[in-house]
Amino acid sequence: MTRVRIPPTLREQTGGQRELVAEGDTVRDLLDDLMSRFPALEDQLPFANVYLEGEDVRTLDGLDTEVNPGSTVILLPAMAGG
Amino acid sequence: MPSYRKLLQQVRAEISELDAERARELIDGGEPVVVDVREQDEWDEGHIPGAVHIPRGHLESRIERAAPDPSRRVLLYCSAGNRSAFAAKTLEEMGYEDVASLAGGFTDWKRNGYPVELQSGLDAPRRARYSRHLLIPEVGEQGQLKLLESKVLLIGAGGLGSPASLYLAAAGVGRLGIVDADVVDESERILADGWDVIVDGADNFPTRYLVNDASIWHDIPVVHGSIYRFEGQVTVFKPGVGPCYRCLFPTPPPPELAPSCAEGGVLGVLPGVIGSLQANEALKLALGIGEPLIGRLLLFDALSAEFNEVKLRRDPDCPVCGEHPTITEYIDYVQFCAGTREPA
Repeated sequence: MTRVRIPPTLREQTGGQRELVAEGDTVRDLLDDLMSRFPALEDQLPFANVYLEGEDVRTLDGLDTEVNPGSTVILLPAMAGG
Repeated sequence: MPSYRKLLQQVRAEISELDAERARELIDGGEPVVVDVREQDEWDEGHIPGAVHIPRGHLESRIERAAPDPSRRVLLYCSAGNRSAFAAKTLEEMGYEDVASLAGGFTDWKRNGYPVELQSGLDAPRRARYSRHLLIPEVGEQGQLKLLESKVLLIGAGGLGSPASLYLAAAGVGRLGIVDADVVDESERILADGWDVIVDGADNFPTRYLVNDASIWHDIPVVHGSIYRFEGQVTVFKPGVGPCYRCLFPTPPPPELAPSCAEGGVLGVLPGVIGSLQANEALKLALGIGEPLIGRLLLFDALSAEFNEVKLRRDPDCPVCGEHPTITEYIDYVQFCAGTREPA
């Protein structure tokens, strides 16, 4: 299980939860797990950056990046607000 | 009881003194750290070029910053050579190995017709206004003069721009430009105007991508801030050094997936926090001190009162700052952000 931080722009799709626990061995598995439970995330997630332990997974192995139990993942969509 | 005269005589016998001619040879050779131990008003009326000003009352506490290497020669001077004699004695006691006092002081220096620097420095009202800055070694008079000459452009005069501009103005930033969304059409011209730092507090994606591209082409660092409900993000995009906004978010989300604060709301105090952090970064950039948030995105969650940080990296394929840029002039940013594209 991996803790995934949900940013404010995605909380309406997750019933207001700020953090979720997801199952999976890779980033892709985690996101699939989340989308299966919160289908409304499907439109949003492709626009969100994913950080594993503070590193952008695009600089690792992308969606195939392996996650360890106990890792922390942050989802981060762009926010324009000022 | 030793009289002043006796004490001075005694100290002068124990330290080494140089006359103005010899002092000038050494200074021209670039060898010593030259320290002016007089008071502020004396310094303001002229001093030896390249000297560091440390009034004698602050000598012990400030000398290590000016002269970290105790084996390097230190040349002290005051007006006539008496205060600097006592100062030399003090530095020897502190372990400085090669200390000399200028005999005859600045008075003799001037009498010889040697160069004198008249600081373009701070006048008395400014000295009072920025007194808290002047006390910080990392800012000081030189730093404050830098701020007074710096030019910062604020994009957005709303939640973020208002607190940021308050603190930048109070810090003495010499020129503050403020562009609000309504004049975005003119931004391209304004951005070309030789700014040292841009503070981006825009409330929409087209402006943010426009500001990003302009900052790359004009080589100006951008202090980015954005907010939504209870969360804020701050980072610094420095062209050529760290990633840009497009490296972070290559494709804007479709508008319906990215509500603005006007649509989704924001806790009133949050822009105060994030805008102040932006001002802090802008001041560091203008002063050239500290570690700006380059390649680091700072996340603030007001509900949990937590800061998080993630790493940002340059994208070698970035269309604007990458190795082979494909966007080299302004595009239609409104259309670009209209949400007709697929995510990257």
